[in-house]
Amino acid sequence: MDRFTKLTGVAAPMPLVNIDTDMIIPKQFLKTIKRTGLGVNLFDEMRYNRDGSEIADFVLNRPQYRNAQILVAGDNFGTGSSREHAPWALLDFGIRVVISTSFADIFYNNCFKNGILPIVLPQEEVDKLMDDAERGANAVLTVDLESQTITGPDGGSIGFDVDPFRKHCLLNGLDDIGLTLAEAPAIDAFEAKAAAARPWA
Amino acid sequence: MSTPRTLYDKIWDDHVVREAEDGTTHLYIDRHLVHEVTSPQAFEGLRLAGRTVRAPEKTVAVPDHNVPTDPTRLEGIEDEQSRIQVEALRRNARDFGIEMYDIDDHRQGIVHIVGPEQGWTQPGMTIVCGDSHTATHGAFGALAHGIGTSEVEHVLATQTLIQKKSKNMLVEVDGDLAPGVTAKDITLSVIGKTGTAGGTGHVIEYAGSAIRSLSMEGRMTVCNMAIEGGARAGLIAPDDKTFDYVKGRPHAPKGAMWEAAMTYWKTLHSDDGAHFDTTVRLDAAEIAPVVTWGTSPEDVLPITGVVPSPEDFAGGKVDAARRSLDYMGLAPGTPLREVEIDTVFIGSCTNGRIEDLREVARIMEGKRVKEGLRAMIVPGSGLVRLQAEEEGIAAKLQEAGFEWRMAGCSMCLGMNPDQLAPGERCASTSNRNFEGRQGYKGRTHLMSPAMAAAAAITGRLTDVRDLL
Ligand code: SF4
Repeated sequence: MDRFTKLTGVAAPMPLVNIDTDMIIPKQFLKTIKRTGLGVNLFDEMRYNRDGSEIADFVLNRPQYRNAQILVAGDNFGTGSSREHAPWALLDFGIRVVISTSFADIFYNNCFKNGILPIVLPQEEVDKLMDDAERGANAVLTVDLESQTITGPDGGSIGFDVDPFRKHCLLNGLDDIGLTLAEAPAIDAFEAKAAAARPWA
Repeated sequence: MSTPRTLYDKIWDDHVVREAEDGTTHLYIDRHLVHEVTSPQAFEGLRLAGRTVRAPEKTVAVPDHNVPTDPTRLEGIEDEQSRIQVEALRRNARDFGIEMYDIDDHRQGIVHIVGPEQGWTQPGMTIVCGDSHTATHGAFGALAHGIGTSEVEHVLATQTLIQKKSKNMLVEVDGDLAPGVTAKDITLSVIGKTGTAGGTGHVIEYAGSAIRSLSMEGRMTVCNMAIEGGARAGLIAPDDKTFDYVKGRPHAPKGAMWEAAMTYWKTLHSDDGAHFDTTVRLDAAEIAPVVTWGTSPEDVLPITGVVPSPEDFAGGKVDAARRSLDYMGLAPGTPLREVEIDTVFIGSCTNGRIEDLREVARIMEGKRVKEGLRAMIVPGSGLVRLQAEEEGIAAKLQEAGFEWRMAGCSMCLGMNPDQLAPGERCASTSNRNFEGRQGYKGRTHLMSPAMAAAAAITGRLTDVRDLL
């Protein structure tokens, strides 16, 4: 997994609430057996006409947002399925940070496994960042994971919360399977205990 | 006396392998269900790192999302990408020693229907699957939830999951359901009340007399849609109905082991005075048959209602409603009962079980699918299909004008050939009405099997109570 430390980039505004995983990456693209290459199909049905031409007013098709690395989104982003193809598609497009008032649980988890930082902020702060994002390339945001701050174009900064363990993994690009395998003795001990207590399971 | 605990607390406590100071926990996983769409990258990850599956005997594989539901599928899956995914699952199951119910196996079906049917799903277990509707298994008093592919790989390699504990939420539904009102109406009404983010950060326990009176099938329908309410999982304390359902299933404990399991299972309920962070109450008598009008499962209204206007909402939901109505091709103020449909889909892990098909057959008694409608029934598993055939339901439903398909996810998500055409409007017993979910520009109205049958008869959204 790529580490995430600090990012300065263009933020794209997507104020719609309940942006679901079927919008982020429609089902027909889940047939891949790879993790990469999904960026072109990110938000496919919102982004392209059926003939493959672009829908001009979709935010990521507008010139100032084509290289966006941050999304500022409406409430309950990522609702729906467990498909990790959603963060894979965002990542492949180049998005490394998503900011919203809330996220669906599985999507939120999946982001951290892929080097994407999801940030939850109160409504007023999301509204303010949404305003900044509306200004396109004139308004880059800087997201610093170490200090847990977002700095806006006017120099003002906002703090955000992140789970310490997830922060540690993201800052260092750690693969948590490796970390867990180091716990093998604890798993062995648990299995022995559980086999005695619940042998049928 | 120890502190009173919820059912969720108890299952959690019994599965903690290790808890760090900040609450980050390695939770042991008893059952891991694997399907073809969210697992190939996980197995590839194992191979690349030279890792193995820690507990293949606790893992089971079944293809469901991608598989055509046409009997010709046994001659080979035509769509190349789907075929490759199913073949990859077959190879992975073989290489890593995992039991698989393949497409030519009569036990194959939707993973959340097969797990309980085969007795893999038992009370008190932790169960995961790379699929958000894993919450279905919570109906047995198991802690069951969906995970992403990285977590699938993590569970394959370590049989644990890194988690932080969720909050406890109680959804209590008391009283008697009116005729024509079913488990699906309960679960949709709960989401209508709490919203799709209402359960975020929580595990829901469904309780109350209306929940207790549901069959296991009905309880699975309720828990299935916990995820649509934003919750990590939904569960129901096990009781005699649960034990009766599990008893004698191929992977259920037997003999002395059964007795030992029963002793433990009977402790699986929330203690009196256990703390819930959030409580929601519904009066079962007030629940009407409902349908969705929009593109979020929270867009729920009683069938007697009218299509709302964006101005009825506040905040970000105003624009979302405008977009939904435009997508759904509905004008505010239209009575829901005047909305004409093109297609009826009965199936999915929400409502593809035998009881659902019996209910449809009951409503269809002496009636026919309206001329010109496409109406399909997709049993949730090969065993459900066989049982319906044995009970004579299959023949009756076919006579009434339904297509009778092989088991799979089918039009629930249209990753296989069963899809809506652009603009086509569907009365569906599945769980998601998202844009494009059942096919590009397809329009989905979620409802119960009884309501879908009623719609099949009249060709429009219909109050099933008018047909009883
Ligand atoms: S039936 Fe639908 S919701 Fe259930 S597992 Fe299949 S695709 Fe998912």
